[in-house]
Amino acid sequence: MSSTATSAISATAPKMDPLHHFQVAKHLDLSFMGLDISTSNSVYWMWIAIALVMLFFHLAFKNPRTVPGRMQSLGEVGYLFIHGIVTDIVGEKGRPFFPYIFTLFFFILFCNLAGLIPGSFTVTSQLIVTATFSLTIVGFTFGYGFYRHGSHYFKFFVPSGVPVPLMPLMIPIEIISFLARPISLAVRLFANMTAGHTMLAVMFGYVITLPWWGAWVPFGFTVIFTGVEIFIGFIQAYIFTILTCVYINDAMHMH
Amino acid sequence: MDATAAALIGMGLAALGFAGSGVGLGILFGKAIEAIARQPAAEAQLAKYIWIGMAFVEAVALYGLVVAFIIMGKA
Repeated sequence: MSSTATSAISATAPKMDPLHHFQVAKHLDLSFMGLDISTSNSVYWMWIAIALVMLFFHLAFKNPRTVPGRMQSLGEVGYLFIHGIVTDIVGEKGRPFFPYIFTLFFFILFCNLAGLIPGSFTVTSQLIVTATFSLTIVGFTFGYGFYRHGSHYFKFFVPSGVPVPLMPLMIPIEIISFLARPISLAVRLFANMTAGHTMLAVMFGYVITLPWWGAWVPFGFTVIFTGVEIFIGFIQAYIFTILTCVYINDAMHMH
Repeated sequence: MDATAAALIGMGLAALGFAGSGVGLGILFGKAIEAIARQPAAEAQLAKYIWIGMAFVEAVALYGLVVAFIIMGKA
């Protein structure tokens, strides 16, 4: 950007770049059979999130007792929470999918929460990461529907109880709505994380640029908003999990 | 008006989508409070749907943000 308006803004504010912490920085240049598998800060924070999940459940169930302690209760609450979602939405037949949904929820949750540590990197604020999740899930449900119902699965795109003359209109709508699933699933998580963190960064920018007697207002706001961000990180992981269950249920029971 | 200025105006216009999300949140929480006032016992059950609905409504506003980011990439 080189117009006078932006240069005027950048002249008054000392180095304000609220999008800086979303940049992926390569560390080790690696390639495997022509594939780029270089490690970056994104990859490191994914490993950290996985390590945190494993550490959490290791500590929770290190020596399990009938009457759970504090850590074990927390682990059990997490387990029962996901178990409740799966049995509520998919039903008892959803048990084979439970390990995957459990892993998905805790990975996204810990990525979201680890991204709130100052100086860290939010893995879920990269569209490619969330798009990989959502495309895998929707692609899997499509394949699973065919595996389970065979060619009857095409009926999924034909809404029931609609008069025949409306069919040429309704079937493309159903197909488009199915194709929009991975996009909306990915963009929801990505945009929520990006927006929240950008807002925090902008507010912290004001803390630096304002004089000391005014800086406490945006500073207080960032403290409150960090709490909101923890909540949003949880809600988004929850929504992602719920929608995954809904899509699996659609493939299993076909409306 | 050069292309950069147009891009900046476009990014600002993309933020208009937030108005729709604001209306949606108002309706959502207004109706939720109304429902809880009529039937306080249903609060725990309603809370689940409120948070899910809130995430959906907020996502609509954030699509506008994504559009702004796309414009910023082009500028």
